[in-house]
Amino acid sequence: MLDVDISGKVGEMDFQARFESESGVTSLFGQSGAGKTTLTNMIAGLVRPASGRISLGGTVLFDSAKGTNLPVQQRRIGHVFQDARLFPHLSVKSNLTYARWAGRRSGDRNFTEVVELLGLDTLLQRKPATLSGGEKQRVAIGRALLSDPRLLIMDEPLASLDQARRNDILPYLDRLCVDAGIPILYVSHSIEEVARLSNTLVILSDGRTPAFGPVAEMLTRTDLGRATGRHEAGALVHGKVTEVDENWGLTFVDIGGAVLQIPDLAARRGDTVRLRIRARDVALASEPPKGLSIRNAFPAQITSISEETGPYAEILCALEEQTIRARITRASVADLELAVGKEVTVLVKSVAIDRRQRNLV
Amino acid sequence: MSFFNLQPDEWQALLLTLRVAAAALAVSLPLAILVAYVLARYRFPGHGVVNALVHLPLVLPPVVTGYVLLLTFGRKGPVGAFLDDVFGISFAFNWTGAALAAGVMAFPLIVRPIRLSFEAVDPKLEEAAKSLGAHRLVSFLTVTLPLALPGILGGAILGFAKAMGEFGATITFVSNIPGETRTLALALYTATQTPSGDLAAFRLTLIAAFVAFAALIASELLARRLKIRLGGDIA
Repeated sequence: MLDVDISGKVGEMDFQARFESESGVTSLFGQSGAGKTTLTNMIAGLVRPASGRISLGGTVLFDSAKGTNLPVQQRRIGHVFQDARLFPHLSVKSNLTYARWAGRRSGDRNFTEVVELLGLDTLLQRKPATLSGGEKQRVAIGRALLSDPRLLIMDEPLASLDQARRNDILPYLDRLCVDAGIPILYVSHSIEEVARLSNTLVILSDGRTPAFGPVAEMLTRTDLGRATGRHEAGALVHGKVTEVDENWGLTFVDIGGAVLQIPDLAARRGDTVRLRIRARDVALASEPPKGLSIRNAFPAQITSISEETGPYAEILCALEEQTIRARITRASVADLELAVGKEVTVLVKSVAIDRRQRNLV
Repeated sequence: MSFFNLQPDEWQALLLTLRVAAAALAVSLPLAILVAYVLARYRFPGHGVVNALVHLPLVLPPVVTGYVLLLTFGRKGPVGAFLDDVFGISFAFNWTGAALAAGVMAFPLIVRPIRLSFEAVDPKLEEAAKSLGAHRLVSFLTVTLPLALPGILGGAILGFAKAMGEFGATITFVSNIPGETRTLALALYTATQTPSGDLAAFRLTLIAAFVAFAALIASELLARRLKIRLGGDIA
């Protein structure tokens, strides 16, 4: 689908980026200053790469060897900028339809559907200056969707918003990622957003792409610790809701080999859910402990222990098909005599249900 | 005879002045918008030279500008002779010549506020327009131009007022011919040279002052609107 292979210096950054992504949501993840915005601007055609090739579907957007460089307006890439960039002199409605009356893009996407998807119907007559940050971003997303794009780029659409506004807009993003029907390139430095929304993860660090692949696989790779950020690192686990206990307010999820109890009633019985378990919320015990408030304790086998010099070690434990990631001190590794192949009891302090994935198989 | 009753020749001078100023503006405004946009958006070798050329009429003695126009666009001047031979257009001692002189003199005053208002429009909005499929000209016409409109109107008013009051370059280039090139300023000058012209000079002074004052107020109001409009929403 999207195929990027570029290199060379642009501005101060020496790029060496290569990745491919299929349909669905691809997250471009990296810390601030990793070159995320510059790389997306290269894909959009706003910045010219030094050399390389970028193609989307069957169309070559840029090829330095052949001298191809398709202008921005011909690339048909919907671009949602970090700062929304709505046209201040136009109403929300005229902003939304801009691609149709000024860009001569038609497409088969229905105006009413997009307005409904993003909850814009009460905003249509307003001017951008009167909108909140979250509303502006929703209009910007709608405007990009209505430009008949082959790819939707979202460059940190939540970065300029406070937590309350983020929570306003995240459900719309969830729906969009499932319903848009076009590939999305989602740029973010938040592992939480990335884990929640994406199918494929591309890691960008200092203009380089050390790794890309399915998001669950990428999140359990301990060698990428620095690039993914330690604090939020964790594993994605799939499971099926077997029971919802309204009495205790718990949802039981069978993840194959263990049943997790989650203090949340967001899912229905029979739903397939995606859970995120942060490494720092996982503890290990050499034998099943007693008299513990933690409800989620199950046996698993250690498959890897990271070799590091810092105070912490990253441990991967296998549980039938799934992998759980734990982050404990190296001192504990020595005390408990942990080693690859050893059976341990995994203690999970908290689990987040990833709502979007609720009904996906 | 009431003081406020204008004499036929004074009416003639006023109407001629309005016609000259309107013609000057009609020709110089589109060019000024183009030059202002180029100066605001592009950096190229010779940027400073173009900028200096635009501002030259503002700092040169007007007589010099008028003389240069006479040398260039006069009947014997290279451009003037060419236009006369090929198109039958003559500027010499003609009201169109007065309009040309007024347009050249007003040009820097028109360019400056327009350039400032173009610079106030975030180029990122043009990028957004292009990403939505709008070609360069379309994005200019639908985004940049409307956002710069208050500045353009301000520049136009300032330029119109300047064109109405132009004196030095006009009298040097096309002389002082009643009904043809004698605008308000020239009529006022003529009145001051006439022994009984005091009353007429005073009336013409009031007319000129009124027009100038109205133009400045209007430009001030538009500048304020521009500020509100562009300050209202940056994102």
